[in-house]
Amino acid sequence: MTATVVTVTSGKGGVGKTTVTANLGAALAMLGKQVVTIDADIGLRNLDMVLGLENRIVYDLVDVVEGRCRLRQALIRDKRLPDLHLLPAAQTRDKSAVTPAQMIEICDQLRPTADFVLVDSPAGIEQGFRNAVAPADQVLIVTTPEVSAVRDADRIVGLIEAEDKGSPLLIINRLNPQMVRRGQMLSMQDVLEILAIDLLGIIPEDKQVTVSTNQGAPVVLDGKHPAGQALRNIAGRLMGQEIPLMRLEPDGLFGRLARALGR
Amino acid sequence: MDESILIKGTRDGLIVTLGDGPLDAVLAALEERLAARPAFFLGGRAAVKVLDRPLSPEDLHAIGAVFQRVGMSIWAVDGSHPATVESAGELGLETSLAAPVSREGPAQEPMSHRELPGIVVRRTLRAGQEIEYAGHVTLIGDVNPGAEVIAGGDVVVWGKLRGVVYAGALGDDSAVVCALQLAPGQIRIGSFIATPPDRARPPKAPEQASVQGGTIVVDRWDRGT
Repeated sequence: MTATVVTVTSGKGGVGKTTVTANLGAALAMLGKQVVTIDADIGLRNLDMVLGLENRIVYDLVDVVEGRCRLRQALIRDKRLPDLHLLPAAQTRDKSAVTPAQMIEICDQLRPTADFVLVDSPAGIEQGFRNAVAPADQVLIVTTPEVSAVRDADRIVGLIEAEDKGSPLLIINRLNPQMVRRGQMLSMQDVLEILAIDLLGIIPEDKQVTVSTNQGAPVVLDGKHPAGQALRNIAGRLMGQEIPLMRLEPDGLFGRLARALGR
Repeated sequence: MDESILIKGTRDGLIVTLGDGPLDAVLAALEERLAARPAFFLGGRAAVKVLDRPLSPEDLHAIGAVFQRVGMSIWAVDGSHPATVESAGELGLETSLAAPVSREGPAQEPMSHRELPGIVVRRTLRAGQEIEYAGHVTLIGDVNPGAEVIAGGDVVVWGKLRGVVYAGALGDDSAVVCALQLAPGQIRIGSFIATPPDRARPPKAPEQASVQGGTIVVDRWDRGT
């Protein structure tokens, strides 16, 4: 196995990076992949909570980097999905506790035994972001259909392109088709017109995501919610990168979403 | 940044004020400031304000040499000391900014904007990215919201222009901005500045912005200039 390192980032905070990381991790594990999620948001750790693994943390990313434990000791295995693992962030330190080179080394250590390493980036464009992006084979940019989130995503795309990381893929989160139809929300086309990068998926606005996040049970685990379905689709497309697969047309996806929503 | 140097752009070019301190130190600071944005200053012209500092012709040569190293020329030295005025006269430089050479006779026209060099940039400028160039800029791609193009001459965007654009940034009010879709957040030409009104829908035809009668005006491109 040689894992693909996928970094989930956004620039702006609060658009759903951690929720997307947790759910993609869970969905990939459900599809039989060995997955390690890494919380790179040192000092503001959240991924453990969203995955419902907070109480099982013994060691964290900074402990690994500073040699207080081995990488394997710090990994937490999810009880519901034995193929899903978490390397938690430290709660008491800050972004400067880790360097980009150390992130690359940790991911390289994980590569032989995993299919996917998902790195949850902090918001911003400073060191935490650089740490998260450094090991990435593929960068996923999460945005919501809001001008401020799209502006920050555009800035991030520029930075990723300058890093020679290849073109990032876009996930549009919390799209409300009704509001788009009424002209109250940016549409998928509006967002793509500015960002002009390939679309990996659209996640519809879904109250169940808030419920699941608070319960520490990723929404993909429950079969019937539209956001969960969208996230499982995205996970499937990510897997498609290993076996060259035709990219889904944005329009086709949108139509399928509309059907999934019964509209 | 050294505060002994003040650089201001006007419609007659840059006005550079040299503050107090030993001339060597001030010139070193000036050189550093100009070297920080070499492409921007290239080909520009400047008037130098030296306050009450007495300067010999040799001193003025030294000042001129600093500007020359970044491809600029000086056309006036504004100082209140009689020795400075005399030195400037000896070198054939104007001694007052109020009567710029460019307005007195055809013999000393400022560099026509048509003679400026130009560059072609083939990429989209994303939020937070900028291009700064003292000549004309042609960009094949979009200028996204949050991006900036600053040019000493004209700006032509073969794409959507939705960021901030500054043409004639060295003080040339005759510069123009053209785009296939001209919808900038803010537009500056020479010493003029405008924020276009929010339009219900983006313009469908290419447009050109220029200064007419003291304001920035947008016309359809095909009307010609």
